[in-house]
Amino acid sequence: MRSNVVLETRSLSMHFGGVVAVDRVDFSLRENELRCLIGPNGAGKSTFFKCLTAQLRPTAGDVVIRDFNVTGSESHQIARMGIGIKTQVPNVFDGLDVEENIWLSASQSASAKRARVITSEVVERLELGEVRKSQLGSLAHGQRQLVELGMVLAGEPWLVILDEPTAGMTQDEVVRTADVIREINQSATMIVVEHDMQFIRMIAQKVTVFHQGQILVEGNMDEISSDHRVREVYLGHRKSS
Amino acid sequence: MDLFAALVLQIIYGIANLVLISIGLAVIFGMMRVINLAHGEFLMLGGYAVIVATNNGVNIWVAMFILAPLIVGLIGLIVEWCLIRFLYGRMVDTLLATWGLSLFFIGLITTIFGAQTATTISPPFGAITIGEYSSSGYELFLICIAVLMIILVYLLLRYTKLGLVARGTMQGADMAASLGVSTQRVYSTTFGIGAALTGLAGGLLAPITGILPTSGAIYIGKAFITVISGGTAILAGTASASVLLGAINGIVAFLIGPTMGEVALLLLAIVLLRLMPQGITGRFFKRSL
Amino acid sequence: MNRSRETKALISIGIIGLVILFGAPHSLDLFSVISLTTAVSLAILALSLGLIWGFGGILCFGQTAFFGIGAYAYAIAALNFGGSTGAILAALIVAAASAALLGYFMFYGRLSDVYLAVITLTVTLILYSVIRRTSGPEYKIGIAKLGGFNGINVPPINYPWDATQFLYPEHVFYVAMVALLLAYFLCVWVTKSHFGRVSVSIRENELRSELLGYDVRLYKLCMFTIGGAIAGLAGIMFANSIGRITPDVFNLYNAALAIIWVIIGGRGTLIGPVLGALILFYMTSFLGQQSVVNINLFLGLVLIVFVLVVPKGIVPSLIQLWDRRRSRRMTARSAKKMRRRGRSRVKEAPVEE
Repeated sequence: MRSNVVLETRSLSMHFGGVVAVDRVDFSLRENELRCLIGPNGAGKSTFFKCLTAQLRPTAGDVVIRDFNVTGSESHQIARMGIGIKTQVPNVFDGLDVEENIWLSASQSASAKRARVITSEVVERLELGEVRKSQLGSLAHGQRQLVELGMVLAGEPWLVILDEPTAGMTQDEVVRTADVIREINQSATMIVVEHDMQFIRMIAQKVTVFHQGQILVEGNMDEISSDHRVREVYLGHRKSS
Repeated sequence: MDLFAALVLQIIYGIANLVLISIGLAVIFGMMRVINLAHGEFLMLGGYAVIVATNNGVNIWVAMFILAPLIVGLIGLIVEWCLIRFLYGRMVDTLLATWGLSLFFIGLITTIFGAQTATTISPPFGAITIGEYSSSGYELFLICIAVLMIILVYLLLRYTKLGLVARGTMQGADMAASLGVSTQRVYSTTFGIGAALTGLAGGLLAPITGILPTSGAIYIGKAFITVISGGTAILAGTASASVLLGAINGIVAFLIGPTMGEVALLLLAIVLLRLMPQGITGRFFKRSL
Repeated sequence: MNRSRETKALISIGIIGLVILFGAPHSLDLFSVISLTTAVSLAILALSLGLIWGFGGILCFGQTAFFGIGAYAYAIAALNFGGSTGAILAALIVAAASAALLGYFMFYGRLSDVYLAVITLTVTLILYSVIRRTSGPEYKIGIAKLGGFNGINVPPINYPWDATQFLYPEHVFYVAMVALLLAYFLCVWVTKSHFGRVSVSIRENELRSELLGYDVRLYKLCMFTIGGAIAGLAGIMFANSIGRITPDVFNLYNAALAIIWVIIGGRGTLIGPVLGALILFYMTSFLGQQSVVNINLFLGLVLIVFVLVVPKGIVPSLIQLWDRRRSRRMTARSAKKMRRRGRSRVKEAPVEE
């Protein structure tokens, strides 16, 4: 039995000319998991992320979501399946205000009335009430990340894929984000691509370590921290904590 | 058989024509991603330079090979200094401002020379015969010049210091800057050279088409389409796009008529861009010059 | 702009529009009314570009293509149908369909800004050069000869219920002005609708819109088609005001003018481009009459100056200035109030030493 695997990749590969960024990756994700993807720079995490979200068309292999082979789809089709996506660099609507940003997400799938309700709920939940009418372009980086998270939430997704959600955030914001992510995980399956090890420790259940385009090892935080291959490749020669 | 030879010559001339009008633009676009909508006017100015000079007694070869590139190259440097340099990175604004520049030049030349053609000059070579068909000797000459221009630009890029610096800046301006290259100087020089090449082409084409202040408009569409379809590699892009588009243009023009030839060129370009949005050299010949 | 200010502005625009609609034929001479009709039709063209560029983010340098297609289609259909009512509908459909076709290739090919601009420009230039060469009698559609660079004489517009009753020039003006008002408020409605708001978001960040689940290609295609239809409407009105359609509608000069109207008037507003078109129409007519300096020179300089110095355009810049003056006046007023309060408090409070 396939025991509720909601996303999997089969021999997924992404080549850029001669460079192999993702190398025959077999990945599978179960319902309600909170999976963290880590790895050093250039390991292929972000490229993998882009293949999942159809921002890139894989050179070979398949991406299967809920038994649908979605390889070769367009990004908007992936999003429409109920998948919330947050990119590495904040992609928000700079010239529009916070409310409009979130409303645009909510109104894609919900009716006009429901969309307004969702928008105010999300604004409250993320404590963005004070800046609701502020233009995104005028907000600090961490707040923009938070708004983007809000946009993801407003789509009421069942699967959420985040690429470095805490980049550029203050310590308080990181803690708040960790809480939000744990809350989201109660109703949605999640993949979080991250660099910040402290943040990973706050939220991690199962961790997948990437290295040179392949999956090096998978396991929980303790197993990963004590794995000597991971130490060499990613945690490096720093003193282990 | 002779008809075939005449037709092939016609098509090759069409390709050479595209190369001539596009190479200056390709240099500028390839280096700085600047789309200069006044490009047609640079061609027109080159044409006027040759016609006015020749009608005032200057030797036609001097006018074509020295005067036209020099004058238009200088104008290019001034334009870069006064306008383009403020708009680097702002592609849409560059498009708009150079469109304004194009209008400005048209207005300027019309004010000075009037809207009618400055008397045309005849091509310096007569007709040559291929069996029963006669083709223009001048067109043969232009084909040779087009080939020479490609070779010249290739040699410049590959074997000179300027070319090396230019290629380095194209691939990574920041890196080049940290190595001590004045990127502003490279851009200015490139713009000037691109303009000079364009002025040369405009001057060379002057005997074939009479020059009006609005002649630029005829060239702008074709030159752009060729450069954009070609992609960012200056030579491989211009050459491959010119060959493809020029061939289609020539064949359809022969079969149906010259205007349908232009339409075919545009349609092919649209299809090409649909398949290869980064231009031909975005997909093939990726690391070529 | 907050909502009540916007509503007030829209109402004012509606009222001014109605005043011009009913007032112009009574207060202006016939020649001025006909001139105004032409200006109004160009304003509709400006509106179409203002919509797709300012709100949709679609940089189309060849909006004149659909303007001209609308005009030619109208003339050809009117000649063939023997009446104008069906011709208007036919022309609108042809203009919209052309936009949809071109749009399909461009947007589904995911062409970006710059390429879009150049390709659309080339389309209008090709239309110019192709139609110019259709002088021979063999070039015709139905019974309508294309006429090459001489163009087509447009049959006068008639009342929808009677193909033999033609409209007087003042009535042609009514039709054009009503078309402008309808098109304007249609555009306002579009920009406020969900479709319009999504289009704005696509302009702001295409990737993010896509990742939210919006099919960006389809939204752009629809926006472009609507713009093409409105430009076609402008062409129909233009044909009726001028009486003759020549390939010049497609030329580089007019294509540039359309862009200049929007830049000068103000990208990001709808009334800006309309005003830009009206202002420049009268300015170019005035300047075209003197022969010292060719008008292109002037237009070119204007475009360069605006791009470098006033990129937002007149209307948004005026709004900005107005806002700053208002806030300065309000800060001055509240500062005065605080000073007064301060003084009275000092009087009342017991002096404690």
